Amino acid sequence: MSEVVSLRRNLKRNTLDVTVSLPYTWALGEVWTQFFEALKEKKILGAKCPQCGRVLVPPRKFCSRCFVDTSELVEVKDEGVLQTFTLVYYEFVNQPRKPPHGIGIIRLDGADTGFLHFIDGIDFSDPEKAAAQLVPGKTRLKAVWRDKREGTIFDIDYFKPI
Amino acid sequence: MAKKVAIVGVGQTRCGRRDDVSMPEMIYEAVRACLDDARVSIKDVEAIVTGSMPGYMEGVNDPQYYLADGLGAFGKPLIRVATCGSTGGSIFHSAYFHVASGLFDVVMVVGYEKMYENDPQGTMMNVSDPPIQRPFLAGAPGAFALQCIQYMHRYNIPYEKLREAAAKISVIKHENALDNPYAHIRVKITEEDVIKSRMISFPIRLLDCCPSSDGACAVLLASEEAVKKITDTPAWVKGVGYAGDEQWFGDKDLAEWMPPYLASQRAYKMAGIENPRKQLDVVELYDPFTWQDFMWYERFGFCGKGEAADMVMEGVTTKDGDLPISPSGGVLCTNPIGATGLQRVAEAALQVMGKADKRQVSGAETAFASAMGGIVQFTAVTIVSVNP
Ligand SMILES: [Zn+2]
Repeated sequence: MSEVVSLRRNLKRNTLDVTVSLPYTWALGEVWTQFFEALKEKKILGAKCPQCGRVLVPPRKFCSRCFVDTSELVEVKDEGVLQTFTLVYYEFVNQPRKPPHGIGIIRLDGADTGFLHFIDGIDFSDPEKAAAQLVPGKTRLKAVWRDKREGTIFDIDYFKPI
Repeated sequence: MAKKVAIVGVGQTRCGRRDDVSMPEMIYEAVRACLDDARVSIKDVEAIVTGSMPGYMEGVNDPQYYLADGLGAFGKPLIRVATCGSTGGSIFHSAYFHVASGLFDVVMVVGYEKMYENDPQGTMMNVSDPPIQRPFLAGAPGAFALQCIQYMHRYNIPYEKLREAAAKISVIKHENALDNPYAHIRVKITEEDVIKSRMISFPIRLLDCCPSSDGACAVLLASEEAVKKITDTPAWVKGVGYAGDEQWFGDKDLAEWMPPYLASQRAYKMAGIENPRKQLDVVELYDPFTWQDFMWYERFGFCGKGEAADMVMEGVTTKDGDLPISPSGGVLCTNPIGATGLQRVAEAALQVMGKADKRQVSGAETAFASAMGGIVQFTAVTIVSVNP
């Protein structure tokens, strides 16, 4: 790396200040590769466990409870029922989406687990009014897909109440 | 068969922004205070267990190397344990196992964090799996807010009722912290202040949230034989329990949350506690977000399902209530994460030793301490008592 690490004396706080930047390279494995490839085609995949029968979304190579390999990848719908949510008003460092926005866990039709993603497309100006529009167990949401899809979790832009 | 183990010394640093000390100096401060409290020498300590958040938090990736001197670890076995927020519980349990095994007589456990040395939410944003869930974590508050909303809807409790009770929880704990010289946030607040504070992650507002603190805590454990040489007022460790959950958010029941239930049941069974509400005299809760308290109280068996807000409004949890919760001011007022769970154990021990000064709950004989870590993943429970 060509970057020079510099140490700076911060006289105001009497500290030594430094920035450490490191690149990482994360392996995906076969199941997540297929999951991401399917997102390009606007398809969401789950993995079925042969023992408990659950369809796990996002898909995984193995079921953590039965501790056996999952047997097949199945397509689930890109819409489902809200399980829970929060509305984010504070901007955290490295946050990929600018607040305000929602975060939801949505049980997609055909899945036995919830799927974590952004919620958007509602008026967030009053938190309490915005929250009243989202009812776990009732509110249905549908994926809004990005036009340009690159095979990452951001191929789904967000979920929107329908 | 586990040997009897007691806490025989406690050392805490003042918490807050500690730019006045380097990390090893801050740790030395806690260890030195603990040795002084127990009136023993570092030479009496046979092994050290320590822990903190991931190296990310302070940018030190082998902290046990950097901190060995401040820990008093020269020539001793030293291990570092990390389970995110529950680290303080995990390191205490690990030190307990050292002594309960019969292999060690005197073991020091030290938790620490210096959260002003980085943006701690930057670490929190990076704790889950990189490829799929990580972008959707809005720091710690976002993760816990998801849980609170599920709880509210599961039991169909009106938002306004929980909002009011959560504000009261914040007021009670801030008031308690005024009595704790080691606490970070020591200000008097009102329910209105809480409800009008800025929204962080609905339903959690700023005054529903813990701070980020610098601080360290050290606790000395001893075997039954060693206790006799050190103190007449030990806090005996009667039960320990720990449980963990899976990594996928959408797989878990966030409201009827499994780890605190299992961890507390394990600790209660070991301690012979059948009715925690009756048998516990004081609770030092790992309570970083007011709204989460509802689930803690219920999953730990302090009240029935959906009843926690009523318990708060009835005044049960205040310092002079039937079951005082976090008379130290809790995590809500002080949170140097790697030390936080251990501070709960330390405060619980001080209560049963009768050494909690202004935050003392009179007649406390049995105390409960918890810790939570890894985005609602882990819960640690420890029960201490005046009785061996
Ligand atoms: Zn299975």
